[in-house]
Amino acid sequence: MKKPVIKFSNYSFKYNSQIEPTLHNLNLTIYEGEKVLIVGPSGSGKSTIGQCLNGLVPFSYKGEVTGSLAIMGQEARDLDIFTLSKMVGTVLQDPDGQFIGLTVGEDIAFSLENDCVDQSEMVEMVDDIAKMVDMEKRLQSSVHHLSGGQKQRVSLAGVMVDQVDILLFDEPLANLDPTTGKSAIELIDQIHEQMNKTIIIIEHRLEDVLHRNVDRIIVIDEGRIIADEHPDTILAGSILEQHHIREPLYVKAAKYAGCSLTAEMRPSQLRTFALKDCQEQLIAWYENVEREGRTKSSPPVLEVEHLSFSYHGDQEIIRDLSFSIQKGEMVSIIGKNGAGKSTLSKLICGFERPQSGKIMFHGQEVTGDSIKERALRIGMVMQNPNHMISKNMIFDEVALGLTIRGVPENEIKERVEKTLKVCGLYPFRNWPISALSFGQKKRVTIASILVLEPEILILDEPTAGQDLRHYTEIMEFLVELNRQGMTILMVTHDMHIMLEYTPRAIVITDGQIIADDSAAAVLTNRELIKQANLNETSLFELAERIGIEDPKEFVERFIVFDREERGKWQ
Amino acid sequence: MKRNYLSIKTIVAIGIGAALFMILAKFASIPSPIPNTSIQTSYAFLALMAVVFGPIAGGLIGFIGHALNDAISYGSVWWSWVIVSLFVGAVIGLFAKNINIEAGGFTVKKVITFNVIQVVAQGIGWFLIAPALDILIYAEPANKVFAQGIFAGLSNIVTVGVLGTILLFAYAKTRSQSNSLHKEL
Amino acid sequence: MAVEMLSYIERNTAVHRLTGVTKLLCFILWSTAAMLTYDTRILIFLFLMSIWIFIVSKIEIKEVSFVLIFIFIFLLLNNVAIYGFSPQEGVKIYGTSHVLFEIAGRYNVTLEQIFYQFNITLKYFTVAPVALLFIVTTHPSEFAASLNKIGISYRISYAVSLALRYIPDVQRDFRNIALAQQARGLDMSNKEKLPKRVKNAASIIIPLILSSLDKIETISNAMELRGFGKNKKRTWYSSRPFQKSDYFVITCFILILVASLIITFHDGNRFYNPFQ
Ligand SMILES: Nc1ncnc2c1ncn2[C@@H]1O[C@H](COP(=O)(O)OP(=O)(O)OP(=O)(O)O)[C@@H](O)[C@H]1O
Ligand SMILES: Nc1ncnc2c1ncn2[C@@H]1O[C@H](COP(=O)(O)OP(=O)(O)OP(=O)(O)O)[C@@H](O)[C@H]1O
Ligand SMILES: [Mg+2]
Ligand SMILES: [Mg+2]
Repeated sequence: MKKPVIKFSNYSFKYNSQIEPTLHNLNLTIYEGEKVLIVGPSGSGKSTIGQCLNGLVPFSYKGEVTGSLAIMGQEARDLDIFTLSKMVGTVLQDPDGQFIGLTVGEDIAFSLENDCVDQSEMVEMVDDIAKMVDMEKRLQSSVHHLSGGQKQRVSLAGVMVDQVDILLFDEPLANLDPTTGKSAIELIDQIHEQMNKTIIIIEHRLEDVLHRNVDRIIVIDEGRIIADEHPDTILAGSILEQHHIREPLYVKAAKYAGCSLTAEMRPSQLRTFALKDCQEQLIAWYENVEREGRTKSSPPVLEVEHLSFSYHGDQEIIRDLSFSIQKGEMVSIIGKNGAGKSTLSKLICGFERPQSGKIMFHGQEVTGDSIKERALRIGMVMQNPNHMISKNMIFDEVALGLTIRGVPENEIKERVEKTLKVCGLYPFRNWPISALSFGQKKRVTIASILVLEPEILILDEPTAGQDLRHYTEIMEFLVELNRQGMTILMVTHDMHIMLEYTPRAIVITDGQIIADDSAAAVLTNRELIKQANLNETSLFELAERIGIEDPKEFVERFIVFDREERGKWQ
Repeated sequence: MKRNYLSIKTIVAIGIGAALFMILAKFASIPSPIPNTSIQTSYAFLALMAVVFGPIAGGLIGFIGHALNDAISYGSVWWSWVIVSLFVGAVIGLFAKNINIEAGGFTVKKVITFNVIQVVAQGIGWFLIAPALDILIYAEPANKVFAQGIFAGLSNIVTVGVLGTILLFAYAKTRSQSNSLHKEL
Repeated sequence: MAVEMLSYIERNTAVHRLTGVTKLLCFILWSTAAMLTYDTRILIFLFLMSIWIFIVSKIEIKEVSFVLIFIFIFLLLNNVAIYGFSPQEGVKIYGTSHVLFEIAGRYNVTLEQIFYQFNITLKYFTVAPVALLFIVTTHPSEFAASLNKIGISYRISYAVSLALRYIPDVQRDFRNIALAQQARGLDMSNKEKLPKRVKNAASIIIPLILSSLDKIETISNAMELRGFGKNKKRTWYSSRPFQKSDYFVITCFILILVASLIITFHDGNRFYNPFQ
């Protein structure tokens, strides 16, 4: 029998500022060397569970604990945070909390320094780990010059150097491009196998985590454990759907086709998934569903011509880039980590000034306009929510833009409340932002721009850290706005969202556009996929496996069908 | 395990506080109606940090922040005034224990206590210590340095009195009371 | 927001190769010498030497010129103020009065006053190049390690390191908050009237300060999780070992300090007096 390393018994926790407990009566045991995945809607208490394990609850986040939590046989509340930190290593969800060192190398070395590791040994260890996460060339870079995804890799490295038994990853994939995400999962798997560590992953991107074996999936909702089973069992059942967590797409397709799944079919990975009679059902379903055609053309609203930009006069991040967007389009901007996507959005909004090139709005040049002038037409949601928030309370934050523009009080209230409802934040409207989960915080920033109803909306990774239900609500609202004429640009690493919502995709690598085509065409171009770290969806593979001639068509039919199904939730 | 005299939170507060002190001193001096003076918002911030994190943090934020700002923007450090920043931060922090900003809001009584402390601390610092050190270290003329000290002192006392009090109010408001948050449908 | 600040400038010179500890010690020794002495001969010697070190470091004047302008303005104002407040300070110190010409009342121009103000200015000029060099040739990561090595507790050293680490971050937050507010329609340009500008500034400063307080919380959590402070000491990834040249340079600087103190105080007076 394996040794339990983590054991929650009747464990509950209530943050001091809350009236209701956030975690209710947890009973959960994790054994040595296991690898478990925790999933659940945004705000369900996943990060809070993580914080109970690493000791931040209750040492730093004060509150009431009842019941018991034993880590390696010792009661957690009798330990102090240092002893815990020797047992549990954590990658935090909030990227701002993860970096302490000035340069990449120093940050990776941070916990080694605290353990008084000898300098020469330390340098060697850091080099090795940096190679594993492909950051060895940037050891001297300062941490705040990295792109979102590069930061994520450094934080993985910083925890991996630690000699701890339990590793906790809170949304390790949120900002990674699909290829890097895959290698992160492989990396975690490698550590798990080679060093026999116990691994806990909290993640919304279930399918990506299942790229490698997981021993168990734990489903959390509203602070309670809903299920705790082998992945095959969970995927065969309907728990995930009930709690609005996105299932792997090939599983979803099989379910839509009316197949009855069992754990024996091993649905947790497409490789092992035994389709049996399901194959015919899928083909039959494919032949039955319809798809709508969508084409439209209108004058361009936004044109970018020969844009070039570099941050400190050194390397050019955006190089001679041109494209144009038509009114009422919905376009994805995709590409690998550090390609320059966020930089491009900042240039469009005027947060940064290009060294050369032009930005035109309705055929008029706006390159020289102030941010405020552009903001009347272009709204932007930044990648890191912490960079946008300037008020203390949620309502005030969302209302800020309207208040500055002098909109009458009662109209503000009406518009803000409507937007908060769309973003699933209405119940929290009178809360301070500091009491929100990370995904909720991101939604606040989306709401604060949505409420302004700009003509063009740019969203940098809007769905990172969001659960299926919330992102569906937000995306459907965007589609609605789009129908009314709003133009939407979306930076994303989520290939499925791209396929589902944006007919057109612009692919960026090293500051240049390498493709500008329909989303489906981009994802069927193997060469392009490789070059830009993209990922074809598992639906392609499924379609190929069941022998459908035009896998692209299969994917598109699935998307239309899926959206209609989810439309029924509201 | 024993708690060290300097908790991690205090260390981080010193580090980030010094960085912020510097940035405020450099970029956030609001021009005032009196010619050739500006409102040094950094001292209001220093007072807030001293009240919240105590004398060691207050003193070191003033010292490191001021020295860094001098060094990075002027290429050398005017030690006599840096020491006054240390003094002001430390003294406000020392006596601010009586204020206890974390609990029970920022009442009128606390406002008065805070302002008495800051006026006395800054008075001693700017009117006496700064000029004395200027004479001692730099052998500058006495009447010049006293005039400078009085000028800087008065302007800082007013700034901390107004802006510091506002900041403390804002801070007290962010400490959400226990058992207050619930989902409203 | 124009962001011009002194920061590390990468070069490969003898000055850069010295460890941070050496540079820190030398900077302290040098400032002490320059602070204590008013002996013109020593000041001139120190000044010439600092120019020489500057040349060795291959830092170009134009890389630090924006600071030099500040220094000149500061010195000019300071000199005007000294003369305005105390035109007879030199006479008082040196005990003689060689009047060049009279202006009005006690305001005349004496050789002594000119010499005294020349000394004050010179004093500043002997420290400035070395301080500048210290800042632009010491990598900030190494700085904390150096403080720790010269005996300051690693906790305080790390606080200084955090300050250096977070200056760009705080600056970026400052910018982001300003940008985010402008993007929602706040007018930050100088076209606005003063009261409005004060209000706008406050609308950035208050969120900046409050968000920094949150940041303190997040970061101390992260440091705690990664084991900061669990031992009595810690090692440093970016510290560098001492070379022969380090010992040599430190010895030289100690000798300079001792010599300048002896020369300055052997006659019991800080001031070198050419008038007697
Ligand atoms: N510091 C805090 N003080 C008070 N309440 C908090 C605090 N942190 C989180 N909460 C509340 O606890 C609940 C669960 O938060 P938690 O961060 O655990 O969610 P999560 O499942 O990790 O969500 P996400 O996927 O968005 O990160 C949220 O409703 C949140 O409002
Ligand atoms: N403020 C900055 N200063 C200097 N360099 C920067 C800065 N921000 C980003 N960079 C660099 O610019 C490049 C592009 O960064 P950007 O954030 O635009 O990438 P991205 O495409 O959004 O990546 P990700 O998908 O990881 O968010 C990266 O190599 C990054 O290191
Ligand atoms: Mg979370
Ligand atoms: Mg980005």
